[in-house]
Amino acid sequence: MLTGAPIVVISFLYVGLLFAIALYGDKRANSGRSIIANPYIYTLSLAVYCTSWTFYGSVGRAATSGIGFLPIYLGPTLMAALWWYVLLKMVRISKAHRITSIADFIASRYGKSHLLGGLVTIIAVLGIVPYIALQLKAISASFSTILQYPNSLVSAAPDALPFLQDNTFYVAMLLAVFTILFGTRHLDATERHEGLVAAIAFESIVKLIAFIAVGLFVTFGMFDGFDDLFSRATAIPELNALLVQGGAAGNYTTWASLTVLSMLAIILLPRQFQVAVVENVNERHLNKAIWLFPLYLLAINIFVLPIALGGLMHFPAGTVDADTFVLTLPLSEGQTWLALLAFVGGLSASTGMVIVETIALSTMVCNDLVMPILLRLKALRLTERADLSNLLIGIRRAAIVLVLALGYVYFYLAGEAYALVSIGLISFSAVAQFAPAMLGGLFWKGGTRLGALTGLSAGFLIWLYSLLLPSFAKSGWLPITFLTQGILGIDLLKPQQLFGLQGMDEISHCLFWSMIANVGLYVGVSLWRHPTAAEHSQANLFVDVLRHVAAGSGSRFWRGSATVADLQTLLGRFIGPERANESFAAYARSQGITAVEQLTANAVLVHYVESQIAGAIGSASARDMVASVVVEEPLALEEVMAIIDEASQALAYSRQLEQKSRELEAATYELRIANQRLQELDRLKDDFISTVTHELRTPLTSIRAFSEILGDNPNLETEQRAKFLGIITRESERLTRLINQVLDLAKIESGAAEWNPSALDMREVIEEATTALSQIYKERGIRLSTDLPDGLPVVYADRDRIFQVVLNLLSNAANFCDKPESHVRVALALENTALRIDVTDNGIGISAADQNVIFEKFRQVSDDASGKPKGSGLGLAISREIVQHYKGRLWVVSALGVGSTFSFTLPLPRSKLPFLAA
Amino acid sequence: MIRPTFKGQRLVALFMLGCLLFNYPLLTLFASDIRIWGIPLVYVYLYVAWAALISAMALVIERRDQ
Repeated sequence: MLTGAPIVVISFLYVGLLFAIALYGDKRANSGRSIIANPYIYTLSLAVYCTSWTFYGSVGRAATSGIGFLPIYLGPTLMAALWWYVLLKMVRISKAHRITSIADFIASRYGKSHLLGGLVTIIAVLGIVPYIALQLKAISASFSTILQYPNSLVSAAPDALPFLQDNTFYVAMLLAVFTILFGTRHLDATERHEGLVAAIAFESIVKLIAFIAVGLFVTFGMFDGFDDLFSRATAIPELNALLVQGGAAGNYTTWASLTVLSMLAIILLPRQFQVAVVENVNERHLNKAIWLFPLYLLAINIFVLPIALGGLMHFPAGTVDADTFVLTLPLSEGQTWLALLAFVGGLSASTGMVIVETIALSTMVCNDLVMPILLRLKALRLTERADLSNLLIGIRRAAIVLVLALGYVYFYLAGEAYALVSIGLISFSAVAQFAPAMLGGLFWKGGTRLGALTGLSAGFLIWLYSLLLPSFAKSGWLPITFLTQGILGIDLLKPQQLFGLQGMDEISHCLFWSMIANVGLYVGVSLWRHPTAAEHSQANLFVDVLRHVAAGSGSRFWRGSATVADLQTLLGRFIGPERANESFAAYARSQGITAVEQLTANAVLVHYVESQIAGAIGSASARDMVASVVVEEPLALEEVMAIIDEASQALAYSRQLEQKSRELEAATYELRIANQRLQELDRLKDDFISTVTHELRTPLTSIRAFSEILGDNPNLETEQRAKFLGIITRESERLTRLINQVLDLAKIESGAAEWNPSALDMREVIEEATTALSQIYKERGIRLSTDLPDGLPVVYADRDRIFQVVLNLLSNAANFCDKPESHVRVALALENTALRIDVTDNGIGISAADQNVIFEKFRQVSDDASGKPKGSGLGLAISREIVQHYKGRLWVVSALGVGSTFSFTLPLPRSKLPFLAA
Repeated sequence: MIRPTFKGQRLVALFMLGCLLFNYPLLTLFASDIRIWGIPLVYVYLYVAWAALISAMALVIERRDQ
């Protein structure tokens, strides 16, 4: 049997060792050679998850529900697989924004909301209080067990004692002192405690070794290995029942609920956030922790069942509290030193949890609850005080004492009604309420402040009503009718059968209702309204953190002006002037500037200062503080839109490119068309040349043929010779005419022709033409009449050319009139602003198809009778060119067998010219 | 700096596998009287599956990407 003195001495020695480790860790950190900067220490610090719940409670749980203790460790294993996305995001965000607690995180995510931060803090403190009580109960129970064994096998009822004689009270006081010494020795902007982490890692090793040592002793010392132990347990009917229907203690709903709860707890418990996120040195360490941490959990759970079974078989039923088997089994076998090791292991598990948890909670209470209120109370004039760092430390120390006091009160009021694990599960259910706001905030941009507020509040109230208050009722501090009849006697409001829901254990029941309310309101209210500009900007920074470059990512969304001195003074008030000096110097160095005086107070510096202050007093308050020295121009929706516009300029640029490429395509198309037209013209030119050559060869051939006849036959009759010479002369003339016309046409088409315009009396021109052709008309017996009214205005044109046109039309008419009663009529008339000349004949007419082509070069309607063309085929083409040169028109109206009318117009000059005298 | 790569997706797949292994209804298959080295089957199953899952996670993490 052990006496009090050595146990107390050993306890103090152990705590002294922890202090030494912590001091060493801090010293190494200050000299830049961190001992915690590796994934193994990081993993061991994460193992702060295993508290006295694991060390003592799991065995107790296993003794009543078999395998039912296991989901609490399977859940974190599953969640560890998701850390790659979830925890990495949390670490990145927290490092970028100097977030130091889960309350700060959620407040910051939803637009740096004081209200939300305060609410999360309150839920966390109230939710964790039972958990602290659990540790106190475990320490006090282990003390009394090891001291009084075997006199007091079932732990003494503490409420039998006034609290001054209750050792739990002193344990709580002692823990408060430890925590204050460990966690709040000085204020650091990053809130990192290297020495503390080293001590926690050491504790994780101690508790693992202690537990496995006891497990080995029970399995192989007291029994003959696993086989023997399980075989003997099977032989006892009660134990066999525990083993067989063990499954999930026969209830898969409970199993699943506990898995989900522990999954959420591993990332949402304030102390887990502290070690996993805030104390994280390098995000690479996450990598190994993903599988090392579950491995630690597996190792510490191997002997839970053997110890539980061993205890149940060793002690008569009901004589020893199963929660103390880890201690009582070695004691009963006289293994004092092993029992002491187990006691120290249990102490490790409890103190580790209490220290980290209370530090995390005190940071929250200080930054997210007390400081925002104090800073708002104008009467305190806090914003004018030079150095607030002492005040901050004071608040934190008070918060640590307060949290431990609350834990003690809960232990005192309700602790005895529950086993260790049941108390812990109440806390798990409370922190699970953070899940929608937290996970939703990490992955969903649509979550809003109001949604998070309502969801959290509703979930918290349901937790309060269906778990926390019933725990008081069961301890007798509330009337038990509250449980059995519901509030005000309304059946549907029974706290643990809410709305008549039955068949679930109290944890599953609370999880179900609180999550329905929490998730439902979070999503529903968030969708109800659009996020504000601030919420939207924070949502983007959080959700897309893996895409952003971490540093200074918030600065874009800030505009304003400040002075460097103001900012430095401000920072000095929260972390002390000396640290502020160091901090500014470090910042200047990082910017490549030698002196602090040369810094400019730009958005990046303001963001830097804000994040430094955020480390000390929380992000929401930090923003207010910075705003007090910075004239900030609020970020209007228009400006947010402008930022978005900026981002979409690249898009606009690519649209411009598209536009240009479309224009290019259009241009290419036009060029292709032009090219086709050119090729067509080229082909036409070739056709023209071949046609011209052909036309020239015809008269040449006949000239040559008749010349040869004349040359070969010198004896030819004179009459014959004269006839042939006449043909040669005519053909030569035709050739000349043809060449002249081709040249003429080429000149006109190329624009090289000479035009000599003069005032022209059309009547005179027509009369001259008819006179010139009268002989031909007489010869062919064609009657020619004219209708030339007096007093028509003159036109300005080249006389010779117009004469050529009229002559051409008249000779064409003569050529196609071969009937005996042929008649050609020329008419002149004024039509609007032009003179119109019609040449009408009653000849053979032109078919509709031919009317289209006669104006083209070398196209003529062949004379069926002779098969020989009567003209060059160029007359009409030239005529049309001439008329068109003077902006006139030349066309034909004709019907086969009836006759044709060729008409052309010549526009009058614009300025009125004097009418020629009649 | 950790880059979200194939590893992350493999880990999510393992998470889903774990959810399946450690839950109703697969667990019911092992709730029987069969003993292995005297240990009830469901206990052996849970611990072996747990260890296998951790090994798979370690494999995914520690394997160098090709």
